[in-house]
Amino acid sequence: MGKRVLLIEDEPNIIEAISFILSRDGWTVHTHEDGTSAMDKVLALPPDMIILDVMLPGRSGFDILRDLRDNDVTRQTPVMMLTARGQDKDRELAMRLGASLFMTKPFSNSEVRDHVRNLMEA
Amino acid sequence: MSSQSLAGSRIREKRLDRGLRQAAVAETVGISPSYLNLIEHNRRRIGGKLLADLARVLEVDTALLADGVDSETLDQMRGAAAAITSTAEVERTEELAARYPGWGALIAAQARKITALEEKSRVLTDRIAYDPQLAGSLHEVISAVSAIRSSASILVGPEDLDQDWQRRFHQNIYNDSLRLADSSEALIAYLEAPEAVLEQSGSPFEAVESYLDQSGFHIAALEDGADPATVLRDADLLGAAEIVLSRILHCYAADAAALPLAAFEKASRKHHYDPASIAQSLGVSLAMVMRRMAQLPPDQGHPPMGLVICDAAGALSFIKSVPGFTMPRSGGACPLWPLFGALSRPHQPIRLEVEMPAPNATRFLCFALAEPIGPAAFDAPPALQSMMLVLPDPPETANVLRPVGLSCRICPRADCPSRREPALEGITLQAEL
Repeated sequence: MGKRVLLIEDEPNIIEAISFILSRDGWTVHTHEDGTSAMDKVLALPPDMIILDVMLPGRSGFDILRDLRDNDVTRQTPVMMLTARGQDKDRELAMRLGASLFMTKPFSNSEVRDHVRNLMEA
Repeated sequence: MSSQSLAGSRIREKRLDRGLRQAAVAETVGISPSYLNLIEHNRRRIGGKLLADLARVLEVDTALLADGVDSETLDQMRGAAAAITSTAEVERTEELAARYPGWGALIAAQARKITALEEKSRVLTDRIAYDPQLAGSLHEVISAVSAIRSSASILVGPEDLDQDWQRRFHQNIYNDSLRLADSSEALIAYLEAPEAVLEQSGSPFEAVESYLDQSGFHIAALEDGADPATVLRDADLLGAAEIVLSRILHCYAADAAALPLAAFEKASRKHHYDPASIAQSLGVSLAMVMRRMAQLPPDQGHPPMGLVICDAAGALSFIKSVPGFTMPRSGGACPLWPLFGALSRPHQPIRLEVEMPAPNATRFLCFALAEPIGPAAFDAPPALQSMMLVLPDPPETANVLRPVGLSCRICPRADCPSRREPALEGITLQAEL
């Protein structure tokens, strides 16, 4: 079984597309759509890497990232942030909170696949 | 009062600026001191040789004494210089405006226009940066585009896909394209909708004040018991301006019902426009009387009365200007006005005579009162509101006048302890002499 990637995203068709790409690349993809219970899902797995959307129902991706970095279990887990908001201040906030990478939508599939590979190898 | 009819006031200002005694000036131009006194208080018209003689004695241009320039235009011209770093000869503003009144009015109008455009620009910037509806619409569009792009990439990619997967991604693309069409349409509708709102002048407060100014802040329909909703509909304001006006109209209607105009006008005249005496005689609150005084009809011989209202942070939410008096909504007003002093003394009415800087040295009688607004609640900070009624040119008294100004950048009082920032170069008491 490949390494586990948790995709926290609320857009069903984006979930399906990314899951498909990464599965074909050998990763085991778990998905979660809700911000409020995202940390429970993370701690229940826990994954080798997290792809985290910023705008989620219930709770912002930034708040979840803050919790991830405050928790001993997930402090070192690579986190790739996904957002439709490409403003500099969002990028700076994500990096300051401890994101490993910040990607803006719309993205290409190959970008996602390459970044996941790079982060897991790092 | 027209600019021409205030020639006497300008003669008095110039004479006082030069430290000349009334009797000495009168003797030089061949009239009695009492006649000059009448002229200086605008009780006698002046022109021709006598005006020219006085201009010569006072060492000013005859046209400047005759026509003058209203202080509001002068303040706006100085404000225009203050807003943009320039080498303008600020100390000669009055001279410029007197010699070329058309250019003076143009500079003032352009300054107002720039302020209105800056406000519009700020509103647009705020909309783009913080409007949750716009952010939500854009997010929806980008999310749909992202999903379409990812699904399409998979379909045209090098990997073989079985028919099930192909069908699923085709279906996803179709669904997302519908979503994209809807969200794009909603976004365009949203971006087009607020044009009418943005076309209104400046801030919502200014739009409301501009509307009220058309009738001298007196709304005859509400005095006659009209429904505020009807007046609001006829005003044809939109967005935030409509909300602000609605609040003002409902308050006006309640005040008018409690203090009918005829009885209030009678009491005002009887008590010589003293708010405290009027309130006591009619058994109503001082705040209501102050509001009603600013709503008196402008064509019934009542003295002009300005009214300003601010919140606990000093932000102005209402300005009714009168000749010689206004307050800057942006850039910070002079903190010495009793409007702001009242905030530190809630419930305690303040009566104060104030004087603007030379050369105009306009005097005002101010009544200020700060009170909590909204429902009372335990253990909650009160929301304070301060209001100030302003009567220009009150009768002279022996009371000490408090020096006030418009704002620091165009105020010549160099040693003012309340000064926040230096005045523009050229704005000094000496320079105005």
